[in-house]
Order: sequence, then C-alpha cells, then structure tokens
Amino acid sequence: MMETLDQLFVLLKRWVVGEFPAAWRLWLSPLIDAGAIIGVFAGLFAVTTLLERKGLGRLQNRMGPNRVGPFGVLQPLADGLKMLTKEDIVPRAADRVVHFLAPIAMVTPILLAYAVLPFGRNLVAVDFDAGLLFFFAVGAGTELAVFMAGWSSRNKYSLLGAMRGIAQMISYEVPLVLSAVAVVLVAGSLSLPSIVDSQAGYHWGWLARWHVFTPWGLAGFILFLIAATAESNRSPFDLPEGESEIIAGHLIEYSGFKYALFFLGEYLGLFAVSALGITLFLGGWQAPVPFLAWVPSYLWFGAKLLGCIALFIWLRGTMPRLRTDQLMNFAWKFMLPLVLVNLVVAALWHGTAAWGFFGAGATRWLLGGAVLWLTYSALSHALFTAPGRGPRTYRYAD
Amino acid sequence: MRAQAGDLEMRGAFAAEPHGGGGRSAGSDAGWGAGAGHEWVRPAEPVGRLEGEWLEVAMGPHHPSTHGVFRMNVALEGERIRKLKPVFGYLHRNHEKIAEGTTYLGSMPYTDRLDYFCSLTNNWAYALAVETLAGLGVPERAEYLRVITGELTRLLNHACLVGFLLHDMGTMGTPLMYAFREREKILDLFEALTGARMMCNYLRFGGCRVDVPAGWLAGAQRVVDEFPRFLDEFENLLTTNEIVLARSQGVGVLSGALAVNAGITGPMLRASGVNYDLRKVDRYGIYDRFNFRVPLGEHGDVYDRYMVRILEMRESVKILAQALKDLPPGPILDPKSKLRGFRPRAGEAYGRIEAPKGELGFYLISDGSVRPYRYRVRPPSLINLTVLEELCLGHTVADAVIVLGSVDIVLGEVDR
Repeated sequence: MMETLDQLFVLLKRWVVGEFPAAWRLWLSPLIDAGAIIGVFAGLFAVTTLLERKGLGRLQNRMGPNRVGPFGVLQPLADGLKMLTKEDIVPRAADRVVHFLAPIAMVTPILLAYAVLPFGRNLVAVDFDAGLLFFFAVGAGTELAVFMAGWSSRNKYSLLGAMRGIAQMISYEVPLVLSAVAVVLVAGSLSLPSIVDSQAGYHWGWLARWHVFTPWGLAGFILFLIAATAESNRSPFDLPEGESEIIAGHLIEYSGFKYALFFLGEYLGLFAVSALGITLFLGGWQAPVPFLAWVPSYLWFGAKLLGCIALFIWLRGTMPRLRTDQLMNFAWKFMLPLVLVNLVVAALWHGTAAWGFFGAGATRWLLGGAVLWLTYSALSHALFTAPGRGPRTYRYAD
Repeated sequence: MRAQAGDLEMRGAFAAEPHGGGGRSAGSDAGWGAGAGHEWVRPAEPVGRLEGEWLEVAMGPHHPSTHGVFRMNVALEGERIRKLKPVFGYLHRNHEKIAEGTTYLGSMPYTDRLDYFCSLTNNWAYALAVETLAGLGVPERAEYLRVITGELTRLLNHACLVGFLLHDMGTMGTPLMYAFREREKILDLFEALTGARMMCNYLRFGGCRVDVPAGWLAGAQRVVDEFPRFLDEFENLLTTNEIVLARSQGVGVLSGALAVNAGITGPMLRASGVNYDLRKVDRYGIYDRFNFRVPLGEHGDVYDRYMVRILEMRESVKILAQALKDLPPGPILDPKSKLRGFRPRAGEAYGRIEAPKGELGFYLISDGSVRPYRYRVRPPSLINLTVLEELCLGHTVADAVIVLGSVDIVLGEVDR
C-alpha cells in the first residue's frame, strides 16, 4: 500500500500514457512531465510569494497580507490578476526584441533544469547520465537574461543592475559548481538519481548517510547555500536589484506580465537550486530517520524544499546588503580557496574510506574538519580583520 | 543656473561625456562647471589613471532612498562616484516669505512642517526666538515640558533615522519597522498631549499650549523606562553585525576640520569628534540642571554617525528620567504673553536649539508690528547636506545612498 502511494505519480503517468496508442507515447510522456513540473512549481511559486510576505511581515512586526480571503491566502491570486491586467510598458528607446525576449530567456532555462532533478523515488523526468552538468549548463542561461534585460531597457539604473548582475552571477557560478564537484568526486557519478542513491542507508541504523553529515559535505553545503543565494539574487546578495540603490536594477523598465515572468523565473531558480542542494547534500528524497522511511519520498523532498525556502526568507528579512567590491572579494578570495580546500578534503575522505581501525570515522571527521576550520579561520583572519575594523569604544564630553 | 541643454538628460543611447585624460577643464564638462560662479573646483585626478567613459545618472528626485524629493546628479566611472551634485528645491514652499506675511503665532503651526519628524523641537526653536525678541519668560513647568517633549522627539528622530539608514543598507525594512514600533509609542504620547501625532503645534510664546492630561506622565515614564531595552535589542542585532561594519566603517569620512568649516552641526559634527552640543554650549532652557554627557565619535564615518545617535538616545533617556522626576507643579504659560495682538518691540533676535538634526535657528527682525519684518530659518538638514559631495567622492553608488542616509535630512527642512 505505502509502496503504491510512494510510486503514485509514476504509476499514474504510466497508466495515462498506456491509454494512448503506441505511436503517441514517445511524445506524450515528456509532455506530461513538463506539464506536471510547470504546474507544481508555478503553484509553489504562488504559495511562496504568500509565505514570503507573511514571513517577512512577522519578522518585521507587521501582519503581512490579510485582506484577500481568509488570512490573506488568496493574495497570490490577486497579485497575479494585478500583474496580468497591468499595462505592458516598453521604453521608447528600448531594444524591443531583446526587451521582449529577456523574460523568456529567464524562465525557459530554469524550467529545463527541472528535467534532471529527482523529486522522489523514480520521480525524475529525464534520468540523464550528465544530469548535474546539464543543470549547471542551462542554469547559466539566466545570466544572459539578466544582461539582456538590463541592456535592452536603455536605462542607466538597469545598465548598472545588469553590470552588477553579470559580475555577481558569473563569479558565484564558480564556487557553486566546485562545491558540487566534491559530491561528484565521492559519489562517482554526474547523474542526480545515482547521487541520491549514494546517500542511501543509515550509519549504526539511525544516522542517515547524507553527505551533509561529513566534514566536506557540511562545508560544501554551506558554501553551496551561499553561492546559491548569490546566484538567485537574494538578500544579502540582492545587488542586481538593489532596491535602495539602483531601484530595481535590470527590472526597472518591466511591468505587467513580463515583470511577473522575471519574478517567476527568480523564484523558480531559487527552488531549482535549493532542490539541487537537497539532492547533493541532504539525501534528496530519502527519509532522515529509518522509522519514517514509509512516508512517500516526494513528501520528504517537499518538506526539505520548504525548509530551504524558509531559510531563504529568514535570511532576506535579516541581512543588510553587501557592496559590489565586497561581494567580489568574498567570492574570489574567500569562497574559491575554501571550496578548493573542500575538494581536497573530499578526496581525502574518499581515499580513507577503507580505514577499518577502531575510531576511524571520528579520526577522519576530525582530520577533515580541522583542515577546513584552519583554512576558514586563516582566510577570515587575513581578509576580514582590517585594523580599525570592528566595534569601537566612544568617549564622552561632559 | 544652467541653461545648457542636456545636463543630465538622456541624450540618445547612454550618452556619457567621454573624458580624455587631462583634457577635462571646467568648461568642457557639460553641465558641471558651466556658468560663472558655479565652477566645480576639485583637485586634479592622479596622472596615469585609466580613463573610461563616465555615466551620468540623476539619482532622484523620485528615487526611493533620497529621503524625499532630493536629487543627486552623479557622474559614475563604473560604480565609483567621480562627481556629485546635490539638487534640491523640489519641496520649496516659500516658508520664510509666508511667515513674513502672517502673525508671529500664525507661523507656529507652520514650523511643524519644516522637519515633519520633529515638530516639537521646531516649535521650541521658534518660540525661543520670539521669546528672546519679546523678552518673555517661561514658567518652570513649561520649561520641563519642553525638555520632555524635545527629548522624546530626539528619541523618535534618532530611532527612525537609524532604521532608515539600515533600510538603505538593504535590510528590507526590518530595523525600520522595529524603530517604527517605538516611534508609535512616542507618537501616541504626543497625540494624548497635543491632539496631533506629528504636527503638534504645542508651544506658545512664554510657555506651552496645554498641560499634561491625567496619566500622561505615567505613560511617558513607561515609554522612557522601556526604551533602553529597545536600544539593547537594536544594538544587539546591528552594532556588531559583520556586514554593517563592512559597509559603514571608513565610508563617508568627514574630518572635524571640514565639518567645522562647513558649519555642520548636530550628531554629524559630534561623530567627527568635535565637542559642540548647544544643550551644553548655550544651556538654553533648563538644560544646565540635567546630568548628561555628549558622546563623541573619532573617525567621522557612517558607523560613527550611527553610534553617536545610538549613544545620544541613551543620554536622552537619562535626561527624560530626570525631567519626569523633577517636573514641578505650576502654571504653564507666562501671564504676560498675549495670544492676540502680539507685537514685540522693534529689534532682532536669533533663537537656536540643539534639534535632533543639528542647530536649528530662527532669525527674526521685528518692526513693532504684528508680523515679523524678516523671518529666516537656519535649517540643520540643508547645511549638513552641503558636504555630501566631499563624503561621497570615490565611493560607490551603494555608499552614496548610506552616506546620504547618515546625514539625516528631511526635505521639508532642506527646501522650506
């Protein structure tokens, strides 16, 4: 029974496809996958906008939206209607074609990236051997969209936003990919379902064998999260939008449906990169404890995804924004060395997997953790402790 | 002042003036140095710097972080600010001329609108000027009420300013909403006392308009007692925040010498290490009776301006506690003061107080009639703004926004 529930969507699709003549099936199967992905994640987008506004509201001592429907739950509907009915304004000096194409270039690659993500046991649209590579390859397309939007708008603020956006996203692409490479090194596969499989099982019957419970996995996950925040232009790395500085950056000349598409694209990107983080480090759809393994796998995946989203909302409500040069320093001088050291630690971890003496696990943990901690403290000491930086004492005159 | 077309308007596609190395004289800088008497005098750039094209951006008047309708014309090299020119006057309401056409008391409600965050201190400065002009005394109780409302205004202003500053740093308004929660409590007190939350119109020449209602003092005491807890919470979240430190330390440095030369006053001057607080210098009202200290900064950067305001709020809480304890009974209005037919003798007077933003002064000339012959405001916001270009040059757009935030302006007072 639970087995059927776990495979519910897989069976459902197989049944629907089976009802059609054989010639259609080749085309129908991917269409159903695409429809399901778009439907589910667009719905999640609507829910997340509400959750974000409510969550930010509570963080900021206010109620958040509560006028539309009970507790404001219909707010996304109202927002959507408003977006669709707004006038679509294109500046006279804008490059109309590029201006039109930019939002599409934003959403399409991200939707493509969903194809390789495993949302549950057997629940993956394309089990692609180089799935991880595909994800990063199409994910890089959003950078182009940001630049297209900024350039084609013919607005000085949007040009500044595009400049910031392209610099930031390309810089953070490097630590993002390199932190994932550590997983590939240990799991020995680029296919996302097999990376999830490599995290199956439990140590001593209770501790999940997720990568996040290893020293390199923990460091990798944190680095991945930071880079993912920057990749999805979320606070404290929301410089391309920079509400208080360059107003909305590349989005300044967009309105109506095109703006909604950008908004959608940003949130879809956030979900996709969170889902990738879950797949790589948090065991994908696996249950955290063995006695809850009967809960359908997609529910575990959804719960982890919502947890990540909550983390991002929390970050957004609490962090000030960095400056462009600080952002670049952080990426190239701090994250990049740390991510490279993490790669070495992952290799050490993998190389010492055969150690069998008593306390081998603890020794490996301490060793890897010590290397990472030393690198971290050396880097932060060298980079972030300038003379005169830090809390100050003040004198008083009577 | 600048008649040439295309100062900072969009000229075709991103038309930025190309600046060839060394070929930049005041005359060739379109818009920046044009017109006699408005020449931009700036030390030459070091030779050998790579010159790119400069992007001229008009930040404002409808930019969310210019605290109203203020405009900064900036020339950017990448994101570095190479030139900055403040433009104001969008909110000019002819305040001073209108005041010359109405009675002395008629201007009192209008002073509320100068710095609309701090109507009570505006009232106080104006009342002080008129009292000096007419030689009116102020009863003891009214002096205490002025101190209490004035210091509550300072708490309100500084709390919100810090909130706005952090909002400019990109915190999505979280500290701002925390500050607004406290502001709300103080505004409730103002409403109970004066009938209005922001436009209080509370002071009269020679005293105050109404006495405190029943229970008001207890409510004020409660707000004052709780305020340090809010400050602790605020500081706990912000003062040692790594990003706040990185963004604000060493940014927008104002030297003490320049601050004095430019006539900067208020927390901004004290953040540069100059000990000048009119509450200590003039000891106007009854400030000599209170025990409080003046916090001084050392570096004069954005962080010092932030911290000086936080520490000033702590001192204000001390003053408030003393004033609420010592508040004597008695009349609140000088019996000699006349509300109607008020004609001070001919002469001139300047009244100034330490408003939350700096020295707020009113200069009045009376010709013996019911209307002032000349009425002039010395607005701290405007004069503190004059060094903005010095503070911003060489920093990025993001820094310019927080430097402007740390200056603490209200456009109602800048433009008058």
